[in-house]
Amino acid sequence: MASSSSYNSPCAACKFLRRKCMSGCVFAPYFPPEEPQKFANVHKIFGASNVTKLLNELLPHQREDAVNSLAYEAEARVRDPVYGCVGAISFLQRQVQRLQKELDAANADLIRFACNEIPTALPVPSGVSSIQPMLPRQRPLEFTRRINEGEGLYQPPAYSHPYISPWSDIPSGGFNDGGGEGKNM
Amino acid sequence: MMPGGGRCAACKYLRRRCPSDCIFSHYFPANDPQRFVCVHKIYGASNVAKMLQQLPANLQAEAADSLSFEARHRVEDPVYGCVGIIHRLHEQIHNAETQLARTQAQLSVFISTRID
Repeated sequence: MASSSSYNSPCAACKFLRRKCMSGCVFAPYFPPEEPQKFANVHKIFGASNVTKLLNELLPHQREDAVNSLAYEAEARVRDPVYGCVGAISFLQRQVQRLQKELDAANADLIRFACNEIPTALPVPSGVSSIQPMLPRQRPLEFTRRINEGEGLYQPPAYSHPYISPWSDIPSGGFNDGGGEGKNM
Repeated sequence: MMPGGGRCAACKYLRRRCPSDCIFSHYFPANDPQRFVCVHKIYGASNVAKMLQQLPANLQAEAADSLSFEARHRVEDPVYGCVGIIHRLHEQIHNAETQLARTQAQLSVFISTRID
C-alpha cells in the first residue's frame, strides 16, 4: 500500500484532479503516483465521488482489495466498452464447460479401461490391481451451476454486427495481479 | 419515454421528465426500478449515459445489461464485485486442469500396460 500524501508527491488521484494532496487523502494509499492510468480508468468509469462513497462504506482493511477490483473492472470496461469484465466471465465459463467435457470423456475412458483390466474369471495380474481408477466427476465445477442458477450465467447473444470481443486470451491469476499500468488482465 | 407515455425507471428515479430521446428508456424500463438504482449507485447516471452514447445503437442494449450485471454484483459484494466471480472461475479452471492431468496420467498407465 503506497502512501503518497507527502509534500513532494501527490497521489495519482490528486495529480489527475489537479488538487493538493492532503494528508489523510482517501485515495493516496491506493493510487500511487507511479500508476496514473489506474486512477484515470477508475475516474472515467466510476467517477471520483462514487469511488469515495464506495470506499467510505467499507472497513479500512477492505479498501485496498476494493480499489484493486474496481481498477480491474474499470480497465476491463475501457478495453471492452460493451461487455467490460462480464466478457471475461463468459470466456472463463466457456473454458470451464470445455474442461468439464474433457474431464468427463477422460473419466469415461478410464472406467472403460479399468473395467477391461479386471476380467471376471481370471486372477488379476500383480502390478495392475494396485492402480485405482479415479471416481467419475468429483464435482469440481459445482460453482458453474451456482453461477447459472444463482448469480446468472451471462451470455451475450450472437450479433449480426461484427463486434469482436478482446477477451481472446486471459491470463490466469486473480485481480491482485492487476491494477498497474499496462498489466494484463 | 416509454411506450404509453410513462417515464422510464431512470427518469422516475431522477424525478425528471422522460424525453422522447431518453438514452435510458430502452434499457431501464419502469418495471425494473432496481436495475437503474444499482447502476446509478455504482457508476452514476451521467457516466452510464456517456458510456451508452459512445456506442453504436445496436450494442447499447448489451452494454446496459453488462453494466447492470456488474453494478448488481458490486452492490452485493462491495469489496470484490464480479471480480470475485472471475477469481472463483480461475480456481475452478485450475482444479479441473489438475484433475484432468491426473486422469490422463492414469489413462497413460493403462494404455502402456496394455501395450506391454
